[in-house]
Amino acid sequence: MSDEKRTPLLSVRNLTKYFHTSTPTGPGIIAAVDGIDFDIYKGETFGLVGESGCGKTTTGRTIARLYTPTDGSILFDGVDLATLSQRELRPFRKRIQMIFQDPYASLNTRMTITDIVAEGMKVHNIASGDEMQERVYQMLERVGLKREHASRYPHEFSGGQRQRIGIARSLAVDPEMIICDEPISALDVSIQAQVVNMLEDLQKEYGLTYLFIAHDLSMVRHISDRIGVMYLGKMAEIAGSDELYMNPLHPYTKSLLSSIPIANPHKKVSDTRIMLKGDIGSPINPKPGCRFAPRCRYVQERCGFETPLLREIRPDHFCACHFCETIKD
Amino acid sequence: MSNTILDVKNLRTTFYTHMGEVQAVRGISFEVNQGDVLGIVGESGSGKSVTAMSIMGLVDEPGRVSGGSILFMGQELTKLSDAEMNEYRGKEISMIFQDPMTSLNPVYTIGNQLIEVIRRHTDLDKDQAHARAIELLQMVGIPEPEIRIKNYPHQFSGGMRQRAMIAMAISCSPKILIADEPTTALDVTIQAQILDLMVRLKNQLHSSIILITHDLGVVSEVCNKVNVMYGGMLMEKASVFELFDSPQHPYTLGLLKSIPRDVTGERKRLVPIEGTPPDLLKPPSGCPFSPRCPYAMGICVREAAPLYTLSDTHSASCWLHHKGAPVVEGFVQVEEESVHE
Repeated sequence: MSDEKRTPLLSVRNLTKYFHTSTPTGPGIIAAVDGIDFDIYKGETFGLVGESGCGKTTTGRTIARLYTPTDGSILFDGVDLATLSQRELRPFRKRIQMIFQDPYASLNTRMTITDIVAEGMKVHNIASGDEMQERVYQMLERVGLKREHASRYPHEFSGGQRQRIGIARSLAVDPEMIICDEPISALDVSIQAQVVNMLEDLQKEYGLTYLFIAHDLSMVRHISDRIGVMYLGKMAEIAGSDELYMNPLHPYTKSLLSSIPIANPHKKVSDTRIMLKGDIGSPINPKPGCRFAPRCRYVQERCGFETPLLREIRPDHFCACHFCETIKD
Repeated sequence: MSNTILDVKNLRTTFYTHMGEVQAVRGISFEVNQGDVLGIVGESGSGKSVTAMSIMGLVDEPGRVSGGSILFMGQELTKLSDAEMNEYRGKEISMIFQDPMTSLNPVYTIGNQLIEVIRRHTDLDKDQAHARAIELLQMVGIPEPEIRIKNYPHQFSGGMRQRAMIAMAISCSPKILIADEPTTALDVTIQAQILDLMVRLKNQLHSSIILITHDLGVVSEVCNKVNVMYGGMLMEKASVFELFDSPQHPYTLGLLKSIPRDVTGERKRLVPIEGTPPDLLKPPSGCPFSPRCPYAMGICVREAAPLYTLSDTHSASCWLHHKGAPVVEGFVQVEEESVHE
């Protein structure tokens, strides 16, 4: 990797987001994100994967400061976003944009496409009048839509087209980083590839940095340079995407990867699958120790009381497991 | 064939809406034999779920089966009244759905709902049905079934609810289990558990499965044969190996190129299928895939191709198989055409 790429654009340290809830035995906390560390380098795609409830979406939303973190720091280009006021955050809202999963829910049905795409430009005083309208046309054409679409409303578009509108809206303010939260999950298979290819092209063209949150592990591997695997609010493993898929270290990553059905009937994963027992646990009032311990087949006494730290096991390959060096399959 | 359980011929299902006629299923034919796991693959609007609902006799107004036949073990299902159909539904043919939370009643316990199904279709009394319910929960791998039977659906996780749905569906040892995107709402590690369970129970009960999905990975994992649907029509049907090794319809080929195929190895740029799926209110004339097809010819726009038989288990509806068509690498041409009525 080039030197420029090794400059972290985003450095997340001990990021924590708790939500309050009530349980039958009194008030409780949901430890949605519980002290995670990772860096995203300039121009790269960092994939964040994990199962529902693991905290990947909360992580994305906290970085975008849609949530205020409970603890930790979010260093973006040297500035800690975690402690900024709404007013101070404003310039960063232009630099960090977000694309959402549900293209039906994330566009205001009463606004025309021009209004939707132009809103960010107005808020950030980027353009106005004819110049703004021209930029809307440019953005629409850049994402594969037409000029004449600009005066229409969201309901006139298909799911794939709406996701393109969402992408045009985020591009319009000329961001440096885009947080993509499950951007293709709601789309048909034949449309997913269109959107993924477009995201890749835009990244090259504008030098964008992506945080790509998804549960489709084969698509995440396809698009990401590096990947973080989350489990119940903790980061289990971080590595380059090829390294992660070839040499997973954490027992959870191993079983997760072995569960992906591959579109090749000659390589059935059921032959090599590490079947996980039970369900993902509850993030409410977590106990100390490894979150994965109740489902782990290598569990030992130490896992029950000592939370494993994320350690660099190999160069650029981090894993949070006490015993990952000694586990043999 | 003697072990054919379900024989669907030229099925048409139409919705008569205020906007006009929507032909959701436009003349499809296929068979399910005992022991089969048949995958029906397609995108939203391809007609795969409507096909399932038609077999179950659950197509709601303003839709109805407008043509063709569905023979289940020799019995024509399309002619049955709702009351007669109830003798098959849930007993001989049962179904599980994508979202187990909306298909379970939140105000009854899992046990109540399971016992209701058992008593509806068998002569078991209350206590026997209760015992059978516990046995079923055990079969689908729910721990401590004696306790869990008293739980309400919200006390179950997503994977457990789908297990409970499966318990309900297999309670009368159906000949066919229709599963409509059964694992789409589940996480990948839970998906693996549920698929494994379904195949194990199918073998145990000597039944068959129709698995409706959009996930080609799931298909290659559990199915032995596959129907590929697009725009309400059958594009290709094949054994799972034929489909993935030698796809014979441009749509199937396009689908396979648009997903990352292998978890290991070189990452190639994806090749998407350009354009968007057809509007079924105004379906394109001829082959529904022709507006997006890189090989489309003049005839494709005028007339949909017949199903060309390529092997005992493989057929495809594409003009490229006609002996007069231009030769395209990878596509087989056949002398005699066989049109499935």
